[in-house]
Amino acid sequence: MIPSGDYIRILPEIVLSIFGMLVMVIDPLLGENDDRKSIGVVSAIGALLALGATFIMAGHPGEAFYNILRVDDFAVFFHVVVILIALACILMSFEYLKVQEIRQGEYYGLILFGTVGMCLMSSAIELVMLFVAIEISSISTYILAGFRRRAAESAESSLKYFLLGSFATAFFLYGIALMYGATGSTNVDAIAAALRQGTPVMAYLAIALMMVGLGFKVAAAPFQVWTPDVYEGAPAPVVALMSTGPKAAAFAVLLRVLFGTAAPGWFWAVWIAAALSMTIGNFGALVQTNVKRMLAYSSIAHAGYLLVAFIAVRNMEQGVSAAMFYTAAYAAMNVGAFAVVSHFASAGEKYVSIEDYAGLGRRSPVLAAVLTVFLLSLIGIPITGGFFAKFYVFRAAVSSNLIWLTVIGLVNSAIGSYYYLRLLVMMYMKEPQSEESVPSVPFAAGFAMAGCVVATLYLGVFPNRVLQFAIESARTLVH
Amino acid sequence: MLETVLFLIFAAICVGGAINLLAQKHPISSALSLIVVMGSLAMVYLLLGAEFVAAVQIIIYAGAIMVLFVFVIMLLNAGEEERSATGSRVAMVLGVPGLLAAAVTTGWVLTRHGPASTPVVLGEFHGSAHAIGRLLFHEFLLPFEVTSVLILVAIMGAVVLARRGE
Repeated sequence: MIPSGDYIRILPEIVLSIFGMLVMVIDPLLGENDDRKSIGVVSAIGALLALGATFIMAGHPGEAFYNILRVDDFAVFFHVVVILIALACILMSFEYLKVQEIRQGEYYGLILFGTVGMCLMSSAIELVMLFVAIEISSISTYILAGFRRRAAESAESSLKYFLLGSFATAFFLYGIALMYGATGSTNVDAIAAALRQGTPVMAYLAIALMMVGLGFKVAAAPFQVWTPDVYEGAPAPVVALMSTGPKAAAFAVLLRVLFGTAAPGWFWAVWIAAALSMTIGNFGALVQTNVKRMLAYSSIAHAGYLLVAFIAVRNMEQGVSAAMFYTAAYAAMNVGAFAVVSHFASAGEKYVSIEDYAGLGRRSPVLAAVLTVFLLSLIGIPITGGFFAKFYVFRAAVSSNLIWLTVIGLVNSAIGSYYYLRLLVMMYMKEPQSEESVPSVPFAAGFAMAGCVVATLYLGVFPNRVLQFAIESARTLVH
Repeated sequence: MLETVLFLIFAAICVGGAINLLAQKHPISSALSLIVVMGSLAMVYLLLGAEFVAAVQIIIYAGAIMVLFVFVIMLLNAGEEERSATGSRVAMVLGVPGLLAAAVTTGWVLTRHGPASTPVVLGEFHGSAHAIGRLLFHEFLLPFEVTSVLILVAIMGAVVLARRGE
């Protein structure tokens, strides 16, 4: 018999699944010409209820379902981040789907089901469960990437993501199999206990293979090649989701696998991946003319900054909590930036090149101001979340004597500010190319943008509460 | 002893089939090599004592999935039909001597060693249907149930991608 407390520990997932199915049922019940906005509203309500369910879940920490998953502060933190990301993406999709003439039923269903996978990724402590969760989140994003049916690059994006993603998942699965061979278990705690007894060679191989799989999911170099093409072709709200949600969840998995199992021998691998991601991401972004591609390279660079926090091994709690804080701050500013991009793109995603943003400061001051906040945060200017995110990461790195990596990171931040500033200059100091007025921001998308602005500024002005929670969660994770 | 010999034989067949799968030009030949790989893998599972997994391997992979593969290849009509009248050169050179060698070896083994008095034990059968059922509905209940979400997502994907322009 399964105790009823176990069901509370997966309550957010249950709520999200139920609403996912509800959305699928409502869609065919509506008539051909009915307004389909109600589907979006229902899924937004689902995400909100899931957020409430997360708080109920937080009151019942512990293991569930025969040690398959564990609800601790760490899991709660990532549940909240992932569900908020999904909510923001649902809200910004209301208008976008109508403008782009995209069918709605399956779209929201896939976002909700994908969120189920991401939530499970953050609480699973059993590698088999992790694998199923990663697959749910990945497959739904593969499909979502292909929703712009009229655009050839959307199909290309979806297919590329699917083929390379399946390949990466196979690596992860092979890693799980070898880990089972090396330690006789697929449970994170049991693996940690077995690795403390001694490390078979096979375990190193297993860790390496799992890192290849997860490196792909977080778009860290040298597994980043797919990112620009996929982000360019996919619908903008979906890019907002997949550049933050699955990524945050994959970082949660990486933290659990590397720190939860006290795995050995990954220091230099992550060091190199971090340095490469930062450099390739920032230099790649310098030459882009498409905003979505530029943000794709920027997301590679940010994955690199985040990985720096991983290697701050001398003070693991500091490193892990810096990584968690960075995930939250990055989610807020990146989802916000894509909310602006997806609103501005208009029908057929016409306006996505950097030149199109010329004179936006005059054509639509509010939209330009909102985008400015996110760009400043992505650079890492004080009073925005991006500043403290970078500050904590580099502080953790310096206190672990990673001087070289810190230097590489800071030089990269300086280079990175160039392409964000270029967009700002374009918005405020260039003459508008067209006098066509920018459509006013609808309520739902505006709400999502406002939420992201508030979150970005909150993390930049009052970072202590979130950081304190992250430090406490890190304590439960690191043995 | 016999276990090791059998393992080596089936492992060799498996790897050989996998290499042949890559080397073949015609997709149908590749598909047939894949059946060899799947079949020998099933034997390896059996040697490990996982009877249920071996049976499922044959039924699902060598049976259902292979039929799907062949159907897709036929429907797509991939690859030109090429027939060589000469047949495989490897088979021509090695076929008759190889068969003779195998027959002689078997005959030699059978005549030298009489019927074995002790039954051959192929590992301990631990992967029975009962044990797997217990695992699926007990320790791994949650992953098993959550797989239904995974399948649902995959079905939705098929619906979305297969729908013609609206």
